[in-house]
Amino acid sequence: MFRRRDADDFAAEVASHLEFEIERLQGEGLSADEARAAARRTFGNLTLSREQFSERRHWRGWDGIVQDARHAVRTWRNAPGFALVSVLTIALGIGATTAIFSVVDVTLLQPLPYPRAEALLSVVDDLPGSGSYDVGLSQPEWLDLERSGIFENVALAWFDENNLTSASRPAQVRLMSVTPNYFAVLGVAPQLGRVFPADNRSPGYTEEVVISDGLWKRDFGGDAHILDRSIRLDTDLYRVVGVMPPGFHAPGRTAEEREVDVWAATSFYGPPLPIQPPRRLRNIPGAIARLPPGVSTAAAQQQIDALVARLRKQYSADYPDGSAWTVRLVPLQDTVVGDVRSSLILMLCAVGLVLVIGCVNVANLLLARASTRRREFSIRAAIGAGRARLMRQLLTESLCLAAAGGAVAVVVLVITRASLTRLIPVDLPRVRAVTLDWNVLLFAVAMTIVSGVVFGLAPALDAGRRDLRSAAAPYRQARTGHLLVAAEVALSLVLMVAAGLLMRSFWDLLNARLGFNPTAVTTVRTRLPYPNDTSIDAYKTIGQEAPFVRELLRRTQALPDVTAAAVGSSSAIPLDHAHRDMNVMPLLVEGRGTDATDAPIVDGAVVTPGYFPLLGMPLVRGRLFNDFDVGTTPAVAVINEAMARAFWPKADPIGAHVKLSASATAWTTVVGIVADARTETLADADVPQIYASSYQKTAKHLAIFLRGPTDTAATADRVREVVQQLDPALPVFGARRLPDEIAASVAGRRFVLQIIAVFGLTALVLSALGIYGVMSYTVAAQSHEIGVRLALGAPRTTILAGIMGRGLVVTAAGTVAGAVCAAMVARLMAATLYGVPPFDPITFAAVTIVLLGVAVVACFIPARRATQIDPLTALRSE
Amino acid sequence: MSTQRQEEPLDLLQGTLDLLILRTLIGEPQHGHAIARAIKHTSEHELLVEHGALYPALQRLEARRWIVGKWGVSSNNRRARFYALTAAGRKQLVRETSKWKRLADAIARVLEAHPLEG
Repeated sequence: MFRRRDADDFAAEVASHLEFEIERLQGEGLSADEARAAARRTFGNLTLSREQFSERRHWRGWDGIVQDARHAVRTWRNAPGFALVSVLTIALGIGATTAIFSVVDVTLLQPLPYPRAEALLSVVDDLPGSGSYDVGLSQPEWLDLERSGIFENVALAWFDENNLTSASRPAQVRLMSVTPNYFAVLGVAPQLGRVFPADNRSPGYTEEVVISDGLWKRDFGGDAHILDRSIRLDTDLYRVVGVMPPGFHAPGRTAEEREVDVWAATSFYGPPLPIQPPRRLRNIPGAIARLPPGVSTAAAQQQIDALVARLRKQYSADYPDGSAWTVRLVPLQDTVVGDVRSSLILMLCAVGLVLVIGCVNVANLLLARASTRRREFSIRAAIGAGRARLMRQLLTESLCLAAAGGAVAVVVLVITRASLTRLIPVDLPRVRAVTLDWNVLLFAVAMTIVSGVVFGLAPALDAGRRDLRSAAAPYRQARTGHLLVAAEVALSLVLMVAAGLLMRSFWDLLNARLGFNPTAVTTVRTRLPYPNDTSIDAYKTIGQEAPFVRELLRRTQALPDVTAAAVGSSSAIPLDHAHRDMNVMPLLVEGRGTDATDAPIVDGAVVTPGYFPLLGMPLVRGRLFNDFDVGTTPAVAVINEAMARAFWPKADPIGAHVKLSASATAWTTVVGIVADARTETLADADVPQIYASSYQKTAKHLAIFLRGPTDTAATADRVREVVQQLDPALPVFGARRLPDEIAASVAGRRFVLQIIAVFGLTALVLSALGIYGVMSYTVAAQSHEIGVRLALGAPRTTILAGIMGRGLVVTAAGTVAGAVCAAMVARLMAATLYGVPPFDPITFAAVTIVLLGVAVVACFIPARRATQIDPLTALRSE
Repeated sequence: MSTQRQEEPLDLLQGTLDLLILRTLIGEPQHGHAIARAIKHTSEHELLVEHGALYPALQRLEARRWIVGKWGVSSNNRRARFYALTAAGRKQLVRETSKWKRLADAIARVLEAHPLEG
């Protein structure tokens, strides 16, 4: 067996050889000393021979690397400050990068947690001809998709809320109405019981529901006999047939849609839905599909295009050429991740920049250190260490530094991971799955190696130069340092401009004129049941609902601390995005020959007369609702200015007749216009809104608006008491202060901003350190020259100006390069900005001034030190 | 310059040292010094082995498992490391020898051709 040899064994062999040679030479008549010298000469370079031997061994064995590493650690002990700063810088860079990556990994990189997730698609219907996208689909269109054979399975899903009344107390649950094959598409089995029989196509709702693990544990105490139980949802009776496993989330677009509590099965026809749903009634928000194995999305898209072309010909009346109906297949993951992608990529880029800046800094530190170790390297080169050997030693040292930094980063992340995950906004998809798993650790290790090589490369290459002892070496090194610092300044500027732009956007957003007054307003929600069996619907008509609303309003107004109260549909809550899809109403305008399915969709709400004064939304023209607008009087509506501009740009909207549903028989008259308010989104006041009276139009999702009370929890309890006195089966939930609602609506933006701002600041500090470090090094390297100049009578101010000038030229060069890069980055960021142009001169100027200011300070300290050099000491030290 | 050199010996071509070592070890195991001497003698003093290059080469061959080294005692009672050819080394020697012969023949043909007489 081949056995590895140690260096002693090799030395013994060489010694033995020399003995043979000496003996031979003595045999030829040389003296002992002559023979010894001659033998050595013949042997050639003994050291090189040994070096080659150990070189080969080092590459092979771990102990060689360990030896290099030990050497590295020994050198740090001589320079603890250097080691500490480097390790912390790298730890910061790697830690931050790894933390952001752990989020990116879960949301963007890892497949959705369903078997063969890459085969899962969203089916998205567009009407590009009329400028409408993601319009939803109709039940007949789903049947077409199913019959086409393009998909293994295609299912519909329709998110709603529901009232659960058979658990401990009435609760609002998140219910998803799905086609029976929904779970077959996702391919997930329940932990208990079964899912729906996939091929059931019976009309109406089946009497079976599947519930989530969360609901099972929360509202049923994890009852082992849950499968025998019946539950009431919106007063209808259902049987629980299955419980999904913990950690199962629906592939929804919003946090609400992902946290589904109950799944109910229907084939989307038959009571309470139409027996024969019309092809043009696109009332189902979307479909999900699974491709058969081996079929690509592109191939399926081709088949879909062919199918759409066929259907458009066959049902030309339903698919007018003008609307240009198309169907898009989108990876389900993209739908779930949605617009978070761009924010995450922005954050990843920012944190990557921080890591690069950190690496540049450490590279600079290493370069400066290499200058003090030049003597060591020269000696080692002189005794036969090859260039490769020296470079390897330096790279090993850098890798050790990086490894230490990476280890610190991972340890800190592990310790702080609970508080870090709390920082992430909950509406980020799959945020709960964010962990420090092997993927993330692997990433950290990769980053460690990459950064170790990156920041070790410059010093290693420098050491690899042959002219280690040449007089030019310090200058060349300073030049490399200057280049690195300029790059660092440029990168920092990019980050700081990005942070500045985001900060300005956010500031503008928070200070935008709201158009309503949220102060001291609390909203509490309730929901009226919507039974499939209409004969048990207690709130079927406005005649049944209006008395409930009036009484609710009367009693809540009497609650302690309440100065004003109003009731409305939950869509009337400003900036609440939980029910985007439910807020919309089709708008038919009298005299404009459109039918309901083609009608434009507008955001609408149903409110009591007190709503507008309570929120401080001023009336511009006409009148608001009053208590005498009731079910028996002509229906009236109030619109906002944006709607007036959009639909009656030339005419007077007051007195115009509209219909707010496809089934409405009587016209509704517009009686008033209120001022625009940012109720839909903070970023835009110009969104058309139409309001109907709560006494004239039913709304199942209700919100109670109270001005005055400050204790949210107590208010919720009081409102619950009031509501359940009126109807004990109604759930009360979602109590929230309106200012909190506003803050929540920008939570995502705030998160991105905070992250980028922290990174920007870190970059600034690192650059300052970098400039300081390089200038200090320059001064140290030239202290002899400066000493001579001072001795020859150069004024100290000239010395100061010279050093400062050099530092500022470097910074200025970096700033110019950075500004160009920042302009490019800003253009990419334009979509995420609000109210600020991408090339906002104020931001660019402010960031540049801050950076230059910091650079001046960072240059001044070493420059001042240069002027204090004592010429004698400087000269003597050489 | 070594006092031992009467005439200018040839430098070894890159890679030929390995071949020569393998060839030398075809008989019984030998130590490094003896290998160097053997090469010098059999080449009638035409080839000179840099002693410093010999040991790294032995090391290299041993790492490839073409030879195997073992400490032993020489005829004059000196401790030395003796190298023996392995089966793999024998195969390698055959391969390398035929390669070398082809190369030498080819070079000889080129050198002995008379292009101008054609």
